[in-house]
This record gives sequence, C-alpha cells and structure tokens, in this order.
Amino acid sequence: MIRFEGVTKRYGDADSGSADGGSPGEGGGDPGSVAVDNLTLEAPTGQITVLVGPSGCGKTTTLRMVNRMVTPTSGTISVDGRDTASMDVAELRRGMGYVIQHAGLFPHRTVVDNVMTVPRLLGVDKRQARSRAMELIERVGLDPAMARRYPAQLSGGQQQRVGVARALAADPPVMLMDEPFSAVDPVVREQLQNEFLRLQSELGKTILFVTHDIDEAVKLGDQVAVLRVGGVLAQLASPAKLLADPVDDFVAGFVGRDRGYRALSFAAAPELSLTDEPTVRLRATGEQVRAIGSPWVLAVGDAGEPVGWVRAAAVDHEVTRDLLHRGGTVASTAGSLRALLDAALSSPSGRGVVADDDGRLVGTITAAEVVPAIEARRSATTAGELPEGASTR
Amino acid sequence: MTWALDHLSEILTRAGQHAWLAGLPLVLGLVIALPLGWLASRTSWLRASLLTTTGLLYTIPSLALFILLPSILGTKILDPVNVIVAMTIYTVALLTRTVADGLSSVDPSTRQAAIAMGYGGFARFRAVDLPLAVPVIAAGLRVAAVSNVSIVSVASLIGISQLGYFLTDGYARSFPTEVWVGIIACLLLALVFDLVIQVVSRALTPWTRAVAA
Repeated sequence: MIRFEGVTKRYGDADSGSADGGSPGEGGGDPGSVAVDNLTLEAPTGQITVLVGPSGCGKTTTLRMVNRMVTPTSGTISVDGRDTASMDVAELRRGMGYVIQHAGLFPHRTVVDNVMTVPRLLGVDKRQARSRAMELIERVGLDPAMARRYPAQLSGGQQQRVGVARALAADPPVMLMDEPFSAVDPVVREQLQNEFLRLQSELGKTILFVTHDIDEAVKLGDQVAVLRVGGVLAQLASPAKLLADPVDDFVAGFVGRDRGYRALSFAAAPELSLTDEPTVRLRATGEQVRAIGSPWVLAVGDAGEPVGWVRAAAVDHEVTRDLLHRGGTVASTAGSLRALLDAALSSPSGRGVVADDDGRLVGTITAAEVVPAIEARRSATTAGELPEGASTR
Repeated sequence: MTWALDHLSEILTRAGQHAWLAGLPLVLGLVIALPLGWLASRTSWLRASLLTTTGLLYTIPSLALFILLPSILGTKILDPVNVIVAMTIYTVALLTRTVADGLSSVDPSTRQAAIAMGYGGFARFRAVDLPLAVPVIAAGLRVAAVSNVSIVSVASLIGISQLGYFLTDGYARSFPTEVWVGIIACLLLALVFDLVIQVVSRALTPWTRAVAA
C-alpha cells in the first residue's frame, strides 16, 4: 500500500525540490506555485489506483514524489508502512517499476539488456537475469527474436511493451506508470491496455497510474483519483461511482458527456431472452438470402461466428465478404450492458448481434429489449446503494 | 617523388614523432575534458564559466604557449613535454564543450528512466550518459585531432622534431618539394587519426546503425 499523508509540493521556494536532475514536470512553472496541495490518499495493495486530471493538476509530481524523484515540501509518503524519506533512495527506486510515456528505453542497449537493467543493478547474475528477461519479453507479448534488437528497431507499441517488461524485471511490488500508453495510436493503445489488465490480473501489483485520459482512467482503475489544477484531490472513487455520482461540477465536467451511457460498462449484461436470428453462410446465393425475407440478413462463417450483415437486395450472385456491412459491433454474453446496447444501436438491422465466449452466434437483441434491463437496474440501484463496482479497499 | 623516397626513413621517423606529439595530448585532453564536461553538464552556473574559460584557452597562440610553458613548468625549451602540455590544453579547450553537449543530448525520458531505476550520479554517467554521448564526443575528437596535427607543426619553429621540420627547412632552402612532402605527410597523418577515431567510435556504438526492421 502506498499512503500519502498531507503531502504538499510547492515549487520556487528555497529548495528547488527535484532530486538529481528530475525535471519538475507539470505544475512547476511560476515561482511559489503549489503543484500538490495537502494530498491524503491510499493506493491499496494489489490494485490499480489512477491519478487523472487536466494539465497542471500535479499528477506527475505526485507520482514522482513516491520514488523521490521529486521531494515533497511537507507531508509523508509511506510504502507498506515504511516512510520513503527514511529509505536509501537507490533501494527505494529499485523496488518500484517505473514506466513512462516514451518508454525511456536505453537506445544503446538491446531489448534484453534493457529488461535486465534493474536485476543486474541488484546484483543478480547475468545468466539468471537474462533468462528472467526472456521470460518477461514473451510475457508482455513480444517475439523472443526481438530480444537482440535495439529500441530504434521497434515500433512505439513494442517499445512500450519492453518498458513494461523492464519495470517488471526485478518483480517489484509497486509499479509507477506515467502516461505509459499516451504516445501510441488508439488501436495499439487499446491492445496495450487490455494486455496490461490481463498481466495485472496475474501479477497483482500495487500500481499508481497517471493519465490525462478519463476513459483510460475509468477502464483501468480499481479506484480513480481526480485531481484539479493546483493539486487538490477532487474525488476518489471507483470508476462506476465516479461516473454515476461526480462530487461537483469540476469532476462532472472532467468525467465528460455520455457518462450515463459509459457507466453501463460496469453493469454486467443480465440474462436476456435473445431472438433466434436466421443466418446465411458466406457464398450463399442471392435466392437463399432473399428467401429469409428480411432486408438485412446476418452472415456467419464456418464456425458459426457472425461475420456481418448483408443487404438482401445487394446480393447478385453470392454473399462475399466485400458485400458485408462493417458497422455493427458484436456483444458477448459475458459482456456489459453497454456492449449489448451498442451492438443493437450499431446494427444496420437494429438487431444487435450477441455471441458466446467462443465467438459463436447466440442470437440478436433490439435496443427496445435492452432498455428495460437498464431501467430494471436503475430501480434496483436507487432502492439500494449506488453502484460501487470494484471495492476500493 | 624521388626526394620523398630517398628520405623515407626520415619522413617516417618525423611522422612517428608528430603522431606522438599530436596523439598523446588527444588522449590526455579527453581524459581531462570528460570530468570537466560532466561538471558543466550537471551544474548550470558552472557550465557558463567552465565553457568560456576552456574556450578562451584555444585563443592563446601556439608559438607563445611553446615559449612560455618552459618558464611555467621549469622544463627546457627543447623538451617535447612543452608541446605535449600545450596540445593537451588545446584539446581540453575543444573537447570540454563537446563532452558537455554530448552528455546533455541524452533524451530526457531515457535519463528519467535511468534515475527511476536507481542509477546514481557516477553510475549513470558511466552506464547511460557517456555511452550515449560517444557519437558527439567522437565528432569533437575528429576536429581536435586534425587541429592538433596542424598546430604541432608550428613546434618546428622552436626546434622540436616532427613533420613541421620539412616546412621550415624547405622554406629556408627554397625547396618546394620538401614543403609539399611535409604538407602531404601531415594530411595523411590527419587522415589516419580520423580513421582510427571513426573505427573506435563505430565499435562503441553498434546501436546507432540499428534501423527499423
């Protein structure tokens, strides 16, 4: 557990504060400005705590105070009950994985040597450090053949995976992550986020994660701390609670529009009766398609997986992949109400496609059928307490 | 050409002396410039004063330095140590800024990651900042090498044996061939220095040639 107690960071005073060369980062601009103001916060063991807020809210400063790259002006920070100010700084830092925006890999070292850095600094012998590094390289989803490459030979997403592997190499209980996925494109970002969640479910690290992206915060955090400019904690809550019940206008504004819809992400799809959907195979003839008697017909692949909707009138000879409508999303039976509603709304036929865990078609559902489930959930939650989602402790 | 062949052993001897007088200061100067450049790259108020001071050293005329040093060092005027010391001063003058620039050129996120991994001052210099500064430092060394080879020839005016002798002797005897031999020998020596620095630099920086696969 990482615990902040009354932590304040003021820049421009007698001490410039940032230890050996660490730049003050955001909020360090004008003299005497307060970057973090009397912050009290707990990041529980084994969970992801996300610090989110606009530029100048002191989130990066907060993160860097944990490994003492920035020295707090007042207050204490403890990790598992030990005051960080009393610890040897190198020992403190080597006990925490650190991942940053552009990965910060050492360009002059190969991927495997980068990953081996902290174990080698801790005195682990070369062979052991190497085999551990190779294991991690695979674990973060990289081809072991990349181990011999230099960072310049990797894509941004691959570099970021190496950054995560390097932070994990010494198996630190704590991970500090400063906008690790912000510099990659949205598709890669989503992949990295999903794999990060998968890794965390296996490893159970105590993670402090900084982002400016509220969607990322809500997706990754077990709890989310929203900071306002000047480093004041505005709200600390589970993502579901944050979306359902922002504490003031600032948080409501920062959490953004569509929060009613986005909150459905945290509601598991209930058991709904799905409609059996008549389907055609790929390569079905135009007559077969029109025999179903619906303007939009769902096509499935050989394993029974939905591949897309086809407009019956558009099929001349047979159903081919380039005739398929690409707009519809597929919801999973194990997914959320949001995914279910989205599948219905995005489907050209108005019938949302639902598949099982193996990706096989189970049936379809319309938006009109999803809404009562949402209404039922609302009356259940207003009767009881607000949706709490993941526990905060 | 025949003159050069007839005097080949003398040319080679003087080239060896020239290489020693220009090369040893290059190594000594680098050894001194590394800590100076490191200090300059770490402390902003030291940077300005250190770089101005070392830069100014380069403006002292070499002949003046060759003549003044014996009285400062207590050496004889013909002692090659005077030349070694003078050339070392010039090398430091050229390299301190280069080293400081090279060390400062390390990507901030790389440096930040190094700090976060618990690399302290000197360990970070040795393991991260210095290896990454090699290309910049090597570029500075190449300039210093060529400059040293050229300045050392001036030492023939105070009678210290090296390739510059052919320039002064050829001029005194109005014998252009000998002057040309001196110039070409200096040029070849500078090329050799340049080549050696490039080869060593390449060997130290395989990562700079790694391009996206």
